[in-house]
Amino acid sequence: MNLPIWMPYALCGAGLVGLGLYGLLARPQLLRRILAFNIMGAGIFLLFGALARRGAVVGAIVDADPVPQAMIITGIVVAISATALALGLIVAHARAGGGEGLPGDTPGVGERDEPGADEAADDSGSADRDGRRDEREGTRR
Amino acid sequence: MSPVPLVLVLTLPLIGALAAVAVGRHGGRVATAAALATLGAALWLAVRVAAHGTVSVTVGDWTPPLGIRLNADGPAVLFLAVTAVIMAAVVLYARRSITGPKAGVDRGGPMAHTFWALLLLLWGALNVIFVSRDLFNLYVGLELASLAAVALVGIEGRRETLAAALRYLLFALTGSLLFLLGAALLYSAHGTLDLGLLAGQLGRHPSDLLALAAMTAGLAAKTALFPFHVWLPPAHAGAPPAASAVLSALVPKASLYILLRLWFDAAPDGAGTIGPQLLGALGAAAVLHGSLMALRQQRLKLVIAYSTVAQLGYLFLIFPLAAATAAIDPAGADAAWRGTLFQALSHALAKAAMFLCAGLIIEAAGHDRLDRLAGTARALPITLFAFGLAAISLMGLPPSGGFVAKLLLIDAAFERGAAAWALVVLIGGLLAAAYLFRPLAAAWRSPDGDDPDFAPVARRRQALPMALALAALGLGLFSDGPAGLMGGLP
Repeated sequence: MNLPIWMPYALCGAGLVGLGLYGLLARPQLLRRILAFNIMGAGIFLLFGALARRGAVVGAIVDADPVPQAMIITGIVVAISATALALGLIVAHARAGGGEGLPGDTPGVGERDEPGADEAADDSGSADRDGRRDEREGTRR
Repeated sequence: MSPVPLVLVLTLPLIGALAAVAVGRHGGRVATAAALATLGAALWLAVRVAAHGTVSVTVGDWTPPLGIRLNADGPAVLFLAVTAVIMAAVVLYARRSITGPKAGVDRGGPMAHTFWALLLLLWGALNVIFVSRDLFNLYVGLELASLAAVALVGIEGRRETLAAALRYLLFALTGSLLFLLGAALLYSAHGTLDLGLLAGQLGRHPSDLLALAAMTAGLAAKTALFPFHVWLPPAHAGAPPAASAVLSALVPKASLYILLRLWFDAAPDGAGTIGPQLLGALGAAAVLHGSLMALRQQRLKLVIAYSTVAQLGYLFLIFPLAAATAAIDPAGADAAWRGTLFQALSHALAKAAMFLCAGLIIEAAGHDRLDRLAGTARALPITLFAFGLAAISLMGLPPSGGFVAKLLLIDAAFERGAAAWALVVLIGGLLAAAYLFRPLAAAWRSPDGDDPDFAPVARRRQALPMALALAALGLGLFSDGPAGLMGGLP
């Protein structure tokens, strides 16, 4: 068996994509889903890098095709920005009284407080409630 | 052909976004200036393209496959122009108050600092998507648009809106990664990401089908195709009304636009027959499910949001009607192509008008519960009239843009000999009439007992949704110009 050098990396990348996609779809906890997003992103970048190496063998340009590498770098920057926004939203969600998951995804994970708060059609009341909940959270910590 | 207007359309919103961050709480003035300038550039570009044909820029003089070429053709300038009209109206609307009833909270709060920058950033990203032909450039534009849109959903910082933003973000991120995976597979198979160079090559490599499936699934999740639509109603109903207008009218259209470019510019013959039929069936399910859910909602903004789910469903009927048939039946495929573009553009104008109307109603009444809207028509006659005009376009009654769209789609279905799709369009129109009649009837009812108090709303602001609703009607009345720009199926 003579595997090409890029093959294990490509298989590993494909495996990470699968793991990440599973976590993103099946896990209710927000933090785990963001981690899964990063794992899936890493898998795609690894796969792309490995395939770039294969492109070099076929096309015989240089050691590796540089275009995918430039794209991977841009992709990493995009993924980091997305992760930062997601973490910021998760922190704000938790401060406003949300649980570690989204309401309605899995019973018992989403809601930490009274479930009626979702109704909040009139904005005036909910802002107050959130403020009070903030204080409560603060003292508990 | 001088590319100046194209360059201006792409750079002015981004410059405006940076300037809005720099000036902080005075961002509204900067945003208004940037919006009007971009609107001018977009209309200039549209006139240019209508008169002389496609305008394109090769960035840094690097030609594809290594470089990126930006191409403003007929469909692209139509989307650019409609986006500019809607964005300008939204910016003028939001000058007075960004959010609903608590107008006083805006001044100097975090919303005033970030709202304008995010809105302009979103605009810039949408414009990039409309003129790009490079899959990776499209990926970056898609991510920029998604991140700005998610931030706009959560901008008020309440728990419900933050949860809606997070759910939207998870769908958007999954969709982007699937799109990126597809782009990586296509690049490694064909050595290019330019859609023009990929044309005719797709389907030759064994990984193409996987790439196409991943990209289509990712883009469908971003376009809120049934059953990936669950993020849309809470996100669009929870955002501030000015943001909802943009999110509902324009953001799903960007991912749909990429999907259309991918399927019909790059023409993948290897897609088989099951894929297009499946997409069409999901679109039909979206029309029925979204309409029935809209009928059951008790809040105006949720009715409008579920209506978006239904209206986006029509846009997927093009896949069974036009995919892989252009050679057999060019007339039917062209009708489907134009009908889909008309639906996308007229829905954008009408839906933006509706959300701005809902925002004005919330400002006046302090809420948007349908059972307590009695007497609104007397307090806000112009707003309710604009709502009615927008409803005509969504129902597909003549002479609106929605009517032209549905007529073309039905025509395409009969050309194709697949009358079932025409039936979906007709039933969807009837259901739209039903769910849009409820808020109108509620608003025209006279209040029992005392007249409820309504806060006054300036006429000038009520004219903004009116202008958008009239534009949706005008798309039908003067449909020749846009139809000429759309051309046939590429």
